[in-house]
Order: sequence, then structure tokens, then C-alpha cells
Amino acid sequence: MSAEQVSPPRTLFDRIMDSHLVRGETDDAPAILYVDLHLVHEVTSPQAFAGLAARGIKTRRPDLTLATIDHSTPTLPPDCNGKRPFVSPAAEAQVATLLRNCAEHGIEMLGWDSADRGIVHVIAPELGLTLPGSVIVCGDSHTATHGAFGALAFGIGTSEVAMVLATQCILQRKPKAMRVTITGPRPAFVAGKDIALYVLHVLGFSGGTGHVIEYAGEVVQAMTMEERMTLCNMSIEAGAKAGLVAPDETTIAWLRACPRVPEGAEFVAMAAQWRTLKSDPDAVFDREISVDISGLSPMASWGTTPDAAGPIVEQIPEPRDTNESRGFDYMGVAAGQPNEGRKVDVVFIGSCTNGRLSDLEAAAAILRGRVVAPGLRVIIAPGSEAVKREAEARGLDMVFREAGAEWREPGCSMCIAMNGDIAAAGEVVVSTSNRNFAGRQGPGSRTILASPATAAASAIMGALADPRRFAGSPEPEQEAFRA
Amino acid sequence: MRQPFVSLTAPLVGLAQASVDTDQIIPARFLTTTTRQGLGDKAFFDWRHDATGQPIAGHRLNGIAGQGPFILVAGDNFGCGSSREHAPWALLDFGFRAVLSTRIADIFRSNSLNNGLLALEIPADIHQQLLRAEGTAITIDLAARKIRAPGICPDFGFDLDPFARLCLMEGTDPMGYLLGHSATIADFEARQRSEMQ
Ligand code: SF4
Repeated sequence: MSAEQVSPPRTLFDRIMDSHLVRGETDDAPAILYVDLHLVHEVTSPQAFAGLAARGIKTRRPDLTLATIDHSTPTLPPDCNGKRPFVSPAAEAQVATLLRNCAEHGIEMLGWDSADRGIVHVIAPELGLTLPGSVIVCGDSHTATHGAFGALAFGIGTSEVAMVLATQCILQRKPKAMRVTITGPRPAFVAGKDIALYVLHVLGFSGGTGHVIEYAGEVVQAMTMEERMTLCNMSIEAGAKAGLVAPDETTIAWLRACPRVPEGAEFVAMAAQWRTLKSDPDAVFDREISVDISGLSPMASWGTTPDAAGPIVEQIPEPRDTNESRGFDYMGVAAGQPNEGRKVDVVFIGSCTNGRLSDLEAAAAILRGRVVAPGLRVIIAPGSEAVKREAEARGLDMVFREAGAEWREPGCSMCIAMNGDIAAAGEVVVSTSNRNFAGRQGPGSRTILASPATAAASAIMGALADPRRFAGSPEPEQEAFRA
Repeated sequence: MRQPFVSLTAPLVGLAQASVDTDQIIPARFLTTTTRQGLGDKAFFDWRHDATGQPIAGHRLNGIAGQGPFILVAGDNFGCGSSREHAPWALLDFGFRAVLSTRIADIFRSNSLNNGLLALEIPADIHQQLLRAEGTAITIDLAARKIRAPGICPDFGFDLDPFARLCLMEGTDPMGYLLGHSATIADFEARQRSEMQ
């Protein structure tokens, strides 16, 4: 064998898989893949810890495991006795169970007393635990968020949570590789969320099934880390295993500022290694798709799958199939109706898709000095304690409160609506989260997915509104506007 | 150890609706549990209960709850969305032992197989025929990798990941397999440490 023998071209995804193979895949068994970071939260972990207890085993690498509480936690503050308003004793017990399990297993818990608590996919990137080239798993389908840093990150089930706790490994057959190249130029007032919704619309709700998507192209390269997280976050809505973006100077600049990333020479060495993490120019993907966003404008969904979405300024098109037409019935929309102007009852700004500082800034830019439409409920839940702190330091909380919005404690809140933050049956919610499934935000609730700017504009108008209406003065006419 | 799954003969229950996400299979508000038992009551809850939480009389699923085992023939793209393993737990507890569809979402499939719920993708034409055969018993023979549906369609073979198939047939879960590789994992960790120095 010649030392010069060249290895075949590899994708970034190949590189990360290869460097984490404890045992390669065979016909008979999937690969054993090593996990660098295991994120744990209260909802998908209790049965996993119980499984370990039943076998009498402990967590193999508590040092590579981090837990927080975010899904079933109340976003209203404790009362004067310090009692938190949990939606049910079960929710409270679930949080207590995780606290106990973490103590027993020596796992770091970012709990109520932590200044770093927050939505699991918001806090790991903030702390600098989400590193390029690493394998990250969590019992949560939006784990793909971490792919924004060039990590291979995917959601797992509770049985797998137990396996990772016990062995720090996961069994995995290699998914296929897809590259989605996003080309521009990117129009003004088009948010990362608008791009994510458009990519989803192009791919379809199952268009990514069985694939790991690498997002590439000039538009992606020019995105901020927060926008890349929004984009990768929604990969699962196309059925993809994961989404990722090759690390670059934007990634390195973000990580340099993170509290848990080493400094000095160690950082320089790490950064040098991160710069090598990319797909070879001649790497072959199983599927290649190009998405042109040059004519894009702000997006909003109209159906009950996240891909059923389009420009706010356009009319709602004919449903593509019977399933979509059932979604139209559920949402109370009809083909030919303008997307914009649909009446809204609730606005939710938050979640691991759009609950970071730049998202709150975008909403505040529109809400500043204005008030929300009468009768409308607006809930704003920062993605983490750090986001909350920074937003308050910049006075955003006051902007929101003065506009008539509720400024909540960090958590998943109305994204999944399992903590008591719900919309009533029939209510229409403009939501910056990631799923518009029937009943996702409460039984019978109806979700319109959109960007923080669109959510804020809709809050003022009391109806789904194009945020570009607020790009200049004078004020848009509220009354004439409603459909 | 769970009950080994070698061959199953059970009636079909068809749900033709496409893109049934795990929020439909079990709504999020029921996820505050810390056990995996007793979730059958919550399976498809919002489909078969009215706004006050009362079972809708005459709903097909209410009529058969607890009378399994059944084989679910689900519409295209079944189990998309949230990674909640509560979805297969609820289906199993309701009485389903297998789910057949033209497309099954990745995480849901692995969650199902890890719990002994056979999740299998089948060709579209056969899927259509099975959907029309509500209540008819068919046989899924895992040993022979064949589905026999006499009177509905000719016998047909299926592919299933050999590892998942073995786990189902032996009634084991993959945890034991992984624990059996502890030494290999320790070697990997040692290699990682030495590379870092
Ligand atoms: S914010 Fe929503 S999508 Fe994100 S982790 Fe929480 S529940 Fe899941």
C-alpha cells in the first residue's frame, strides 16, 4: 500500500461519522457511533433512567451528559412562597424525577437555580458545548439545531437515551447524504425563518426522510449563527435525520465568545481543526437540490404540516392532495383567499427555532412604541436565562410589556403547550415555533408558522401581517386591513 | 425480556390519513408521565374524544380499545414529527403489534422497533389493498420475512433490518448488544484520549 494512496472524497457528514465509529456497520448490525455530548431533559428521560436502574447500571460518561428542564416547566414566575405554577402534579413530578436522577448519576443539571437554564437546544450553543465535528444526541427531534455548528446532531427516542446513558454510544445505520444549496441574492426583510420555511416547502414534509442535509451556498455562508440554527432546526420537518452547515469564521467567532470553550493556544488549535471540517469539492451526495431565494418574501404557513406555507403577500393555493385539503379545513382557510389578513387570536414568540436574542430584537424593532391589537394575547418566552438577561439588559422586556405582550420565563412554552401555556380550541396562533400540526398548541388550536418579525407585525394588526408594512412610516391602516 | 415476535396473525385496522404525526398519536399534554405503562388510553386521544374529553360514541377506535392484538395499516408518512417514544408505547398499549405504511418516519421506526412494535414499509399497491381489508386477519411471518393475506393479495416478502429482526424474534432490545461491546467502547475512548494529548 502506498502512503500516498488518496482516500475517496468525503462529505462533511462522512468525516464526522468516520471519526466516531466505535465499530463499523455490517449487514448484520448497525454501526456503533460514539456520542460526544448527550443532552437530557425531563420529558424523554425518566423511563430511560428507570431502565438503567432496572439493570443496576449507572451513566457511563456523566461528564459528557448535560441536563436541563424546559418542556413541562411553567413560564410564569413562582408565587410569593416560591411555589412554581406547574400545570399538574405530574409535570412537577417529572421535573423532580430528572433532578433526582441527575443527582444520582452525577450529571450536571442546569435547573431552577442555574443562570444557564433554558431550552436544551438554545443553551448548549450558548455555552459553547456544541462543537464542530462532534456527535450530539438528545431525546428531542429538534436536536438538528446543533448542526448549525457543523456537528452531527440528531434526535433519539427514550430507549436510545437509555443506551447512550449506559454506553455513550448509539446504534446507527448510515443515512444518505443530501446537499441543499441556497442561492440568492437574499432579499431585504427575509428572515432566516422565512428561508427555512421556503426550503421546507420545496423539500416537502417527507422530502428529507433518511437523509442528513448539508446546507451550503452563498446565502448560508452569509447567515449568522442564529439564522443557521433556525435553518438546521427545521430539518426534521422535512423528515431529515439531521441538518448541518460546515463551520467557518462565523462559527469560530461565535465559539470564541462562549464561556465553556477553551481559550488561548488551545482555542487556536481547535479552530485550526474546525477549519478542516468541510465536504471535499468532489464529494458525492446521494441527492443535490438547489433552492433559489432571490424572489422570496416573508412566509407564513396555511396548513397543518410545516411545508404547507408560502409568501404572506400571495393567495393560498389549491391544496396539493386530500391530506392538505383536510389541513385547510382544520385551519379554516380556502384556496384563493389572501394569506395575509387572516384573523389571529394569539401570538407566540419563542422556542428553539426563534427564541434567541436576535429573534427578540427583530420582534422588538416592530413592537417598539406600538401596542398589540385589542383582545389579542401575546406571549414572549425567551429561549434561555441568558437570552432573558441580555434582552432585559437591552430593555426589550419593557418594549414588550409596554406593547401589551406578556414577558415570560424561559422554556418551550407554547411551542409544545405541555406546561399549561396553550391556545383554546379554534384559536389561531401566529407562532415562531416549528410545528403547525393539528392541536400542537392545545386541542383544536390552529397554528400559523412565521418569523418573529411577522409574528410581531401580526400582533399589532390582530391579523397575519407582512412585516414589511412596518418598514417605514406611516402606520398601516388597521381597520381597512383585516380580511 | 419481552415476548418474542416470530409470527403474528391479527386483524387489520386501517387509518388511511396521511402524515399522521406523533402529536396525533399521543398529544403532548400526556407526556408528563414518568412511566411507559398505561398510555393506550391516550392513543389518538383527540381523534376519539370530544372537546370535554368524553369518548365519542361510535368512533371506530373506541369500539376496539383493549381487544388487540391488531395490525395497523397507516397512511403514507406515518409517525413524523416529535421523537416521543410515548407514541409506540401508546400504540402497543392500545393493542397494536405492527404498523404497516408506505413510509414511516425514521425516529418513529427506530423507537417502535426498540419496543417490539414492528414498523414496516410496504409497496403502495399492496398498501391500498390492505387498507380496504379492514378487520381481516393477516399473518406477518418474521422468520420467513413474508406477509400472508389470503383473499386480499398474493403473499409478499419484505425487508427488515437484520439486526432489528433478530431483536424482535429474540425478544431482546439492543441495549444488551451495546453493553456487550463495552470493551470496544473503552478502546475507542482510550484512542480518543491519546489523540488529544
Ligand atoms: S422549543 Fe419546542 S421544538 Fe424546541 S425543544 Fe422545546 S418543545 Fe421541542
